[in-house]
Amino acid sequence: MESTPSQEILCVEGLEKKFQAREVLRGVDLRVPRGSISTVLGPSGAGKSVLLKCIAGILEPNAGLVSFEGRPLCDPAARADFRSRCGFLFQSNALFDSLTALENVALPLEQTTRLPAREVRERSLSALRRLDIEEFAEHYPGQLSGGMQKRLALARAIVAQPELVLFDEPTAGLDPLRRNAVFAMIAKYQRRFGFTALVVTHDVPEALAASDRVALLEGGRIAFQGTPAEFSSSTNPTVAMFRDSVQALGESLSAIRSEPLQPA
Amino acid sequence: MDILMVQSLGRTTLGIVRDTGDFTVFFTRALAALPKTRKLPRRIIRAVYEQGAVCLPVIAIVGVFTGLVLGLQGYHVLSRFGSEGLLGTLVSLSLVREMAPVLAALMLVGQAGSALAAELGIQRNTEQIAALETMGVNSLGYLVAPRLVAALIVFPAQAALFVVVGLWGGSLSGSLLLGVDPGVYWSAVERAVEYRDLRECFSKAATFGLLTTSICAYMGFHADRNSSSAGARAVSASTTRAVVFSSIAVLVADYAISSFFV
Repeated sequence: MESTPSQEILCVEGLEKKFQAREVLRGVDLRVPRGSISTVLGPSGAGKSVLLKCIAGILEPNAGLVSFEGRPLCDPAARADFRSRCGFLFQSNALFDSLTALENVALPLEQTTRLPAREVRERSLSALRRLDIEEFAEHYPGQLSGGMQKRLALARAIVAQPELVLFDEPTAGLDPLRRNAVFAMIAKYQRRFGFTALVVTHDVPEALAASDRVALLEGGRIAFQGTPAEFSSSTNPTVAMFRDSVQALGESLSAIRSEPLQPA
Repeated sequence: MDILMVQSLGRTTLGIVRDTGDFTVFFTRALAALPKTRKLPRRIIRAVYEQGAVCLPVIAIVGVFTGLVLGLQGYHVLSRFGSEGLLGTLVSLSLVREMAPVLAALMLVGQAGSALAAELGIQRNTEQIAALETMGVNSLGYLVAPRLVAALIVFPAQAALFVVVGLWGGSLSGSLLLGVDPGVYWSAVERAVEYRDLRECFSKAATFGLLTTSICAYMGFHADRNSSSAGARAVSASTTRAVVFSSIAVLVADYAISSFFV
């Protein structure tokens, strides 16, 4: 079922991005319903992170429109409002390594609000507590494990109580167990804090399990948008190729293994 | 061949004009971000510590040895004319007008400036600067503006320290080792240094501080723009460029300010 415009928190229309002669995004259209976990799938190098960075305003698109609650973000006032209501979790976490965990989380509150220092501290500690890392408040990011760093980055992204959180490849470089844990964490905290999550990833099974909406970015365009169930049953050849890539790998490996061994 | 040379010259000239304009915009935006930066005093104090306190031993050592050499060389030149009594004048004016602001600035560029360029370069590479922007924090106001204010405090203070230890070094070699009367040396110092010399010293130090800190910050902040290298190499290249351009800027600005005061 298509969502109506009033239910959409974020809308991307005809987004294009070029790096010199290389076209990465060629007219991306994407709608993100409020309160959902929406995932953009795609192979490595498809432009998923570029799409997210164009939405966040880190990269300037060459053409197209990004709207937040119906307001185009090319308007500086709308962009400033968007930044105060949007969190971003970077693939690399982008934590300040010279600040403690508590200082990292407190940074957006200290710099963008006029809250008294005591309340900033309380809210930051509360965010760390809810993510089960309060005891590491005085540790530096370098002293934390990969999973804890991810939770710390999420604490920083949500401490200002954003309505939309953008997740850039949150499971990149993680083993399957940790990938599951990260998606479970996103689903858990999305329910607990009530934000809308837009995730870009190439982990199909985890994304299908955790998401309400799925889009497939291929060749610089959105090749599919729908529910995980629609994605799983889609006959769209691009979707089928991406979805069935594991099965295809199994088949090609079986074919290779059935060939006789050549003497060295 | 000639056309290629003209094209290359044109490209280089355009690049210099573009970079100069870009640097000016960067510097202006950093200054404009000052009033909007939260917790500014705390960040300035931290920057003063990072730029100043850490460099104190280096400045003191270089200052003492500069004074020692000035005393030694000055004594031998002045003794040819029987004017050893003017050693204090030579040492003090050399230090106050030229040596202290220039050498202190070059030392600070080598230690604090290179550290600033590398730190910002790494922050750019690890997306920490992008993270600030996504949080709605003005990255220039948060990372650069406090350092510019700190430079206005640190560079003149370090130049003053350089003068004091340099005069003491001059006295050490001139009076203690070569036999110039200490009273003659220090009274010559007192008579020679005027208010305008101190104004020249501190004007130079403050200008060098603003100029070199903004160059180092600019190079680090835009470490990702380096087309010939990426990652750690880009940080290293931007740090090298920051030190080279800052050192040249100090010497060029020194000549310009000296010609204004002479």
